[in-house]
Amino acid sequence: MTADQIIAAIAPAVPGATLVALASADAAVTPTIVVPREHLVATCKALQAPGLEFVAFSDVTAVDFHPNRATRFDLVYHLVSPHRRARIRLKVQINAQEAIETLSTLFPGAGWPEREIYDLFGIVFDGHADMRRLMMPEDWEGHPLRKDYPVQLRKDAQTYMPLQVTEEEFKANMERDRFQRGSAKPR
Amino acid sequence: MGLETDYEIPILTTSAEFFIQWARRSAIWPVSFGLACCAIEMMATGASRYDMARFGAEVFRGSPRQSDLMIIAGRLSRKMAPAMRRVYDQMPEPKWVISMGACASCGGVFDNYAIVQGADQVVPVDVFIPGCPPRPEALIYGIVQLQKKISASRLDQTPKARIA
Repeated sequence: MTADQIIAAIAPAVPGATLVALASADAAVTPTIVVPREHLVATCKALQAPGLEFVAFSDVTAVDFHPNRATRFDLVYHLVSPHRRARIRLKVQINAQEAIETLSTLFPGAGWPEREIYDLFGIVFDGHADMRRLMMPEDWEGHPLRKDYPVQLRKDAQTYMPLQVTEEEFKANMERDRFQRGSAKPR
Repeated sequence: MGLETDYEIPILTTSAEFFIQWARRSAIWPVSFGLACCAIEMMATGASRYDMARFGAEVFRGSPRQSDLMIIAGRLSRKMAPAMRRVYDQMPEPKWVISMGACASCGGVFDNYAIVQGADQVVPVDVFIPGCPPRPEALIYGIVQLQKKISASRLDQTPKARIA
């Protein structure tokens, strides 16, 4: 199925959206469609319908075109139809401060890739259950994969991290372990 | 050191300092701590072909509390640095650190935001081994250099300054 055929198939389910087929070198394997950001979730829902069955979420990543483009980022989604052995690529153009709806309500597997994009590009996904950094330390400043981020960062290494349990929790764990060890002994 | 032959059983005399440092350098147990591809070379060094056991350093301990040596084998990311420092802090004195390979020593090719440019920012390093990755022979040479350093050090020396 070409991108134009897919657009024709899903257009009734996504009213008001301007879906554009994008030429690419691998169009025979993975057709590409540019989707407006406010219609992304509706488009994915339409792509899951019988006949297309793009029910498997493969990946989402982002590209930064700074400073060459006014709309700075591309979000690139890859969906797979295991039944039809077909793939599709969706591209969403977005600026950093603009809102984009999360796909993790539709595909739970989108949760971590979206966290990764938030971490490295600083794009916030609305409706995400756990929008925290994934790769970098939690108190990191900035989003390293942006083109205007300093690559060769000169900064002292952090050598201390706080314990992830409180002292009371630690003592309670020790007490529980001691109790379990004690009761596991043969009588 | 001398050999006393006036007795029925021959007796070797030596200083306590020599004896203790001999014991320390002859059984340097490293902690199992590999960060990247250098760890593969470290494993090869421990395996039968290169056989680090010839130098008493083959027993990779699963716990830092049973170890004398930490071999930083690979690039150290900024997120890993506090964890590595915690492993180091759990090792009992006396303890030594070998920085294995270009990445651990100076960041190597990874001159970027994610990698610590030299593990000596995090822990005090005794021996730096160049190479990308160093061959097992280089690691063994580094361990022999560390053994020389241990036998040359004195017992009354205070532990080296620990950076925060």
